[in-house]
Amino acid sequence: MTDEQIVSDLAVILNEVAGVDQSKVSADKSFLDDLEVDSLSMVEVVMAAEDKFGVKIPDEEVKNLRTVGDAVAFIKKAS
Amino acid sequence: MTKQLRNIPKPKGSKVSGIGVYRPTRIVRNDEIAPLIDSSDQWIRERSGIIERRYANSDETVAVMAINACAEAIKDSGINPLEIDLVILATATNPAQLPNLAMEVASKIGASNAGAYDIGAACSGFSYGLAIASESVLAGDCRNAIIVGSERMTDFVSNKDRGTAFLFADGAGAFVVSASDEIGISSPTWGADGSLNDWICMTKDWPTYMNEKDGDFPALKMEGQKVFRWAISEMVGIAHKTLEKAGVGVEDLSAFVPHQANQRITDHIAKSLKLPSHVAVARDGINMGNTTAATIPLALDTLRRNGEVKSGDLALLMGFGAGLAYSGQVIVVP
Repeated sequence: MTDEQIVSDLAVILNEVAGVDQSKVSADKSFLDDLEVDSLSMVEVVMAAEDKFGVKIPDEEVKNLRTVGDAVAFIKKAS
Repeated sequence: MTKQLRNIPKPKGSKVSGIGVYRPTRIVRNDEIAPLIDSSDQWIRERSGIIERRYANSDETVAVMAINACAEAIKDSGINPLEIDLVILATATNPAQLPNLAMEVASKIGASNAGAYDIGAACSGFSYGLAIASESVLAGDCRNAIIVGSERMTDFVSNKDRGTAFLFADGAGAFVVSASDEIGISSPTWGADGSLNDWICMTKDWPTYMNEKDGDFPALKMEGQKVFRWAISEMVGIAHKTLEKAGVGVEDLSAFVPHQANQRITDHIAKSLKLPSHVAVARDGINMGNTTAATIPLALDTLRRNGEVKSGDLALLMGFGAGLAYSGQVIVVP
């Protein structure tokens, strides 16, 4: 799976879970500061991403996922 | 030859025959809480959906609130208090180890023929107690039973804790459960996972507190994000299981009444259940916060008062929280 595909799938999840405009989602964007995804929405995003990408994202790892790019890197490594 | 014992004949079913609540008089809006936790009205609303909640004053004790809720439920039911054979109080906030409070409640509501005891299953307590009340009626042991949830969470929550101060509040709610020719309360789906008991617990126990020189009072603490994830991932399956046990589907429901922990949890579960548009979703927590064992009757009372459910409708009730524990059942609304 390419980085672009993962970003695109994450954009769909972010839109469904937190109403984020898909066109605003890119690797350099911060979940909290740029996309305004709060910690509870982040929990929902992580759960949806686990289902979508077939990976397990531990609680202690979630705090390290500051940007969309961080999430892409983790998903690539874990899948 | 040993003489045969006998049991009282069992009724065909049990039903909720009355609902009563007690809402403390003092309304506390987010603006009053926000400065203590370096927050804002907007942050609290976005985080929880809560706009305001009720805080009990010193006269509105766990017992007093329970008595008021029970009295209203008895009136709603139309039964004579002398026909109540069991009073169950679900609470996590009795400030004393002894005596338990259900006995005082039974006396004050005129249920002088009733047995009485307290149970504790925190936010699941009302649903657990409703199941016990129903089974007690179905066994033939009781003509009528009362289950009441009553809480003064503000006695056990630090008003400076960012994770809990804005969530928890005070109040009480009660159901009268009566024998019936039809099934008005389905079998419960319940469970517990004690391996997660430190996700919602107290900062310390009483002996630890007493041995400290200047320690803080024991207060509730919660791993909010972990509990959020557990609730939204586990409760959808439990809801489906509960409906299946009751032999109904989401399309048969008129109301979904989950424990009012946080409107974000309610939103997620309701969405995942794909509830049809005619199903009213209880959102009493917006105005009452999280009153632990009291949220379910309070929330159903509001739906009834607003005309969002009527007598004969089916409602799915679900309690979940500290323990961790959960319980759910389907009832026919009285």
